[in-house]
Amino acid sequence: MKPALDWMDLEPERYEFRALPMHQFALGRRDFVKIFGAGLAVFAVVKKTAAMQETAPGPHGFHTEELPKDIGAWLHIGEDGKVTGFVGKAEIGQNVRTSLSQTLADELGVPFESVHLVLADTALTPFDAGTFGSRSTPTMTPQLRKMAAAARSILIERAAKQWSVSPDKLAAADAKVSDPTSGKSLSYAELVREDIGKETPPPDEHTKPAALWTIAGKPIPKVDARAFVTGSHRYSTDLRPEGMLYGKVLRPPSFGATIASYDDAAAKAMADVVIVRDADFVGAAAPTAAAAEAALAKIQVQWKEVPQISGKDIFAYLKKNAEPSKDERFRKAKGTVSDGLEKAAHKLESSYTVAYIAHAPLEPRAALAQWNGGKLTVWMGTQRPFAVRDDLADLFHIAEKDVRVIVPDTGSAYGGKHTSDAGLEAARIARATSGRPVKLIWTRQEEFTWAYFRPAGVIEVKSGVAADGKLTAWEFHNYHSGMSAIETPYDVANQLTQYHQVPLVLRSGSYRGLAATANHFARETQMDALARAVSMDPVQFRLTNLSDARMKAVIEAAAKAFGWPKSKSEAGQGFGMAAGYEKGSYVATFAEVFVDPKTKKVRVTKLVEAFECGAVVNPDGLKNQVVGAMIQGMGGALFEVIQFENGRITNPHFASYRVPRFRDVPEIETILLDRKDIPSAGAGETPIMAIAPAIGNAYYDATSIRLTSLPLLPSTS
Amino acid sequence: MAGSLQLEINGRRVSVSYPPETPLLYVLRDELGLTGTKYGCGEGMCGACTVLIGGTARRSCQIPVSAAASRPVTTIEGLEKDGALHPVQQAFLDAGAFQCAYCTSGMIMSSVSLLNANPHPTREQIVQAMQGNVCRCGTHPRIIEAIEKAAGQMQGRAK
Repeated sequence: MKPALDWMDLEPERYEFRALPMHQFALGRRDFVKIFGAGLAVFAVVKKTAAMQETAPGPHGFHTEELPKDIGAWLHIGEDGKVTGFVGKAEIGQNVRTSLSQTLADELGVPFESVHLVLADTALTPFDAGTFGSRSTPTMTPQLRKMAAAARSILIERAAKQWSVSPDKLAAADAKVSDPTSGKSLSYAELVREDIGKETPPPDEHTKPAALWTIAGKPIPKVDARAFVTGSHRYSTDLRPEGMLYGKVLRPPSFGATIASYDDAAAKAMADVVIVRDADFVGAAAPTAAAAEAALAKIQVQWKEVPQISGKDIFAYLKKNAEPSKDERFRKAKGTVSDGLEKAAHKLESSYTVAYIAHAPLEPRAALAQWNGGKLTVWMGTQRPFAVRDDLADLFHIAEKDVRVIVPDTGSAYGGKHTSDAGLEAARIARATSGRPVKLIWTRQEEFTWAYFRPAGVIEVKSGVAADGKLTAWEFHNYHSGMSAIETPYDVANQLTQYHQVPLVLRSGSYRGLAATANHFARETQMDALARAVSMDPVQFRLTNLSDARMKAVIEAAAKAFGWPKSKSEAGQGFGMAAGYEKGSYVATFAEVFVDPKTKKVRVTKLVEAFECGAVVNPDGLKNQVVGAMIQGMGGALFEVIQFENGRITNPHFASYRVPRFRDVPEIETILLDRKDIPSAGAGETPIMAIAPAIGNAYYDATSIRLTSLPLLPSTS
Repeated sequence: MAGSLQLEINGRRVSVSYPPETPLLYVLRDELGLTGTKYGCGEGMCGACTVLIGGTARRSCQIPVSAAASRPVTTIEGLEKDGALHPVQQAFLDAGAFQCAYCTSGMIMSSVSLLNANPHPTREQIVQAMQGNVCRCGTHPRIIEAIEKAAGQMQGRAK
C-alpha cells in the first residue's frame, strides 16, 4: 500500500504545513520528569501534522486518521428531540455552521431550529485536517448526509417493527416517522429512547438529491446571528475565566534574531508578574496586558540579528534561487511549445510579479491556555485545531489525549489561521502560572509581522495564437507563489506548465485561493493581450479556446449581466473581464474602471461576477461569500503589499497597509448559477481569483497601459 | 497612578481603579466584561472598538479612561432596550450584514452615531461616516443597505 501522502503533495504552496512551529522550546525533559516521573514522559520529535482526511471520493483516497463510522460520533438525537451534530470544521465567517446545520436538518428530516452543531473541538468532534481548501462543503456535506440518512433509516426500521409494517411504506419528516396508511406517527424523540449511537450505517444508504432538498438550498439566516449584533458572542479574545492572566511576548527586532545577552532581574522584581524565558522565547504574564507589557519593557536584552533579503530585491531573488526539481507533480507538458510557436501568427512573452500580502483578520491571532496538572486546554481561533493539538502535544511532550483545543466561532482567517503560534505562546507562559489561565492576543503590529504571508511570486508566460484566434502554444512558469490553478483551462495543443520552488524569504503560507489569484492574474492578463493581438473581443476569444461548458456558462452569464460588449460613454472609462476554474467551481468577473484623465486616480466603478459551485446549499450565505471575496480581492489587486527590509516589516499598521474600505466598494452584481445536478463544491476561494485580472484588463482598456504587477496601483488608487 | 474614576456605562454608574491614561477599551473589556467592544488595531484605524461617548462614535482604544469619565458611554451591550433590539441592530440582523461579525459591534455603533446626527443620510454620507470602520470579510454593501433600512425605520417610528 502507498504510504499516506502529505497535503502538500497536492498544494505545495501551503508552506505553513511543512514549516516547524514558530517556537522550538527547550523546555523539556527535566521539567517533565519532575511532573510525571521518568517513565511516562514522551520525548517525541516534532512530527508531521499534515494528516489529511478525504471523505469525498477522488483520485487521492488518502487519510492518515480513520474517520469514525459510528453514527454517534457525528450526530446525537436527544430524547427531547434536539439534534446535535459534531464536525471538526471551524466557523470563521464562511457560515459553515449554518450551511452544515441545514444539510443535517434536511437529510434527517427535522426542523432547522432543532439542530445544533458542535464544531472544532478536539475532545468532542471527529478528527479533521483543517478548515481550508474549500473542503468543508464537498467533504462534510456528503459525510453528514450519509450519517443522517443512516439514522433516519434506523428510526424508520424501529417504527416499522413497532407497527409490524414494511419500512418502505413509512415516511420520515418533521422529526417523526409516520405511516400514511394508518395515520400513526412516532416522533424521533420517542424512537431514540434506545441508544442508536453504536449502530453503523448500512453501506448502501441513499441521501437526498439536491432536487428534493427542503431545508438545504434555502437562504436561511446565519445561526446565532442575534448574538453577533448584540455583542454577546464570545470569540477566543473575549474569554475571561476566573483568575485569568494576560500574556505578552517579547518580540525580536527582526526575523531570525537570537538572544545575545539577557537580564530580567528588574522585570522579575515587579509584583504579580511572571516572566518565562525558554531559548529565544521570552514571555510575561500579569493581571493586565499593560502590566505584562511594562514587565517586558524592563528586560535588558540584546539581539543577534541576521542580514536578510529586502523587498526591493525580492523578484530578482526568486528568479535566481529557483530550486532545480525533477518532481513530476511540478511539471505538466503536452505537445511541443516550440512547434506551437512556429504555427503562431502572433507571439507574446510576458513576465508578471505578485507581492506578499497579509490576511489581516480583524480578530488577531489569539489564544487562552490553561494547564490542569499535566493536561492542557487551549481556546483559540484556528482553522486547524487538531494540528494545533498535535503541535502542543509535541512541544510540551505530552500525549495528544491530554491536550484539548476548542475553537470558538472565530473573527475570520482567510487561510491565515493554520499555525499554532498564539496557542504555543499562551500555553508556554501558562506553564509557569500555577494553573491560572493565560490569554494572549497579538497586537495588530504583531499580526502584520509575525503571522505568515501570501507568498510573493514571479510568473513568466510564453504564448502563441493563430490568426483565427486559436491558441497554438502556452508555456507558463510560476516561481514561488504556488501551483493552485496553474494549468490553463483553455484548449492548447502545445503547452508546458512548471512550478519552481524557491526557499522561503518571508514566512509564507495559505491565503484564500492560494496561488490561484496569482496564476489567474498572469494567465487572464496574457489572454486579454492575446485577444487584442488578433483583434478579437476578449469574451469571444476565450469562448473560441474553451470546450469546458461550465466555464463557458459563467462567462456568458456574467457578460450578459454586465452588458458586454459595452461602448464607452466617457473618457477614462474602461471595461475588462477574466474567468477561471479551481477547486470544483467556476468564476467569471467583469469590471468597469474609471481613470481620471487629469489626476490619473483610478476608481473601480462596477464589478459583475458569475459563480457556479454545483448545487447551492445556502444562496444568501453564498452571496455573502462571493461579494466578500470580490471586495477582499480588490485589496490585493489594487493596493495591498507587505513592505520589508532586512528582516523587518516596515508597514505593520492599517495606516500604512491599506485594506479595502467603504469608499473603495463599487456597484456589485453577482449571478449564482445553481447546478442541482452537480455535487456542491466549496465557495470560499474561487470567487476571489478573477478580480485582479478583470480590473487590470479594464485599466488597459481605459489607458492602453498594461499592468503586470500585483498590486496594480499601489500608490495612485 | 490608579485613582478611582466614576464612569457612566450603558446608564449604569461604575467605579473603576485604573491609571487615567489607560484606553477606555481595556477598562470596558477587561475590567467590566463588556467584550462586545473589540480590539482590532489599537491605533484608531479599524473602528472595531467604536463606542458612543455622549452619543457620538469614538474609538475607545484612543480615549483615555479619564476622558470618558464626564460623559455617558454606550457600548453595543447598551443598545438593546427591554429585550428589543435597536433599529440599527435589527437592520443588521435583517440584512445579514456580517460574516465573521468581529467588526459588527463597531459597525453598528458607528451607524447609530451617524443616524443620531443625521437621520436621513445620503449614500455618500454613509460611506463618509463608515470609512474608518474596516470589514475584512467584504460585507460593505449589506452594511450600507442595513444603515439605509434602519434610517427608514427610525424615520417611520419618529412620525
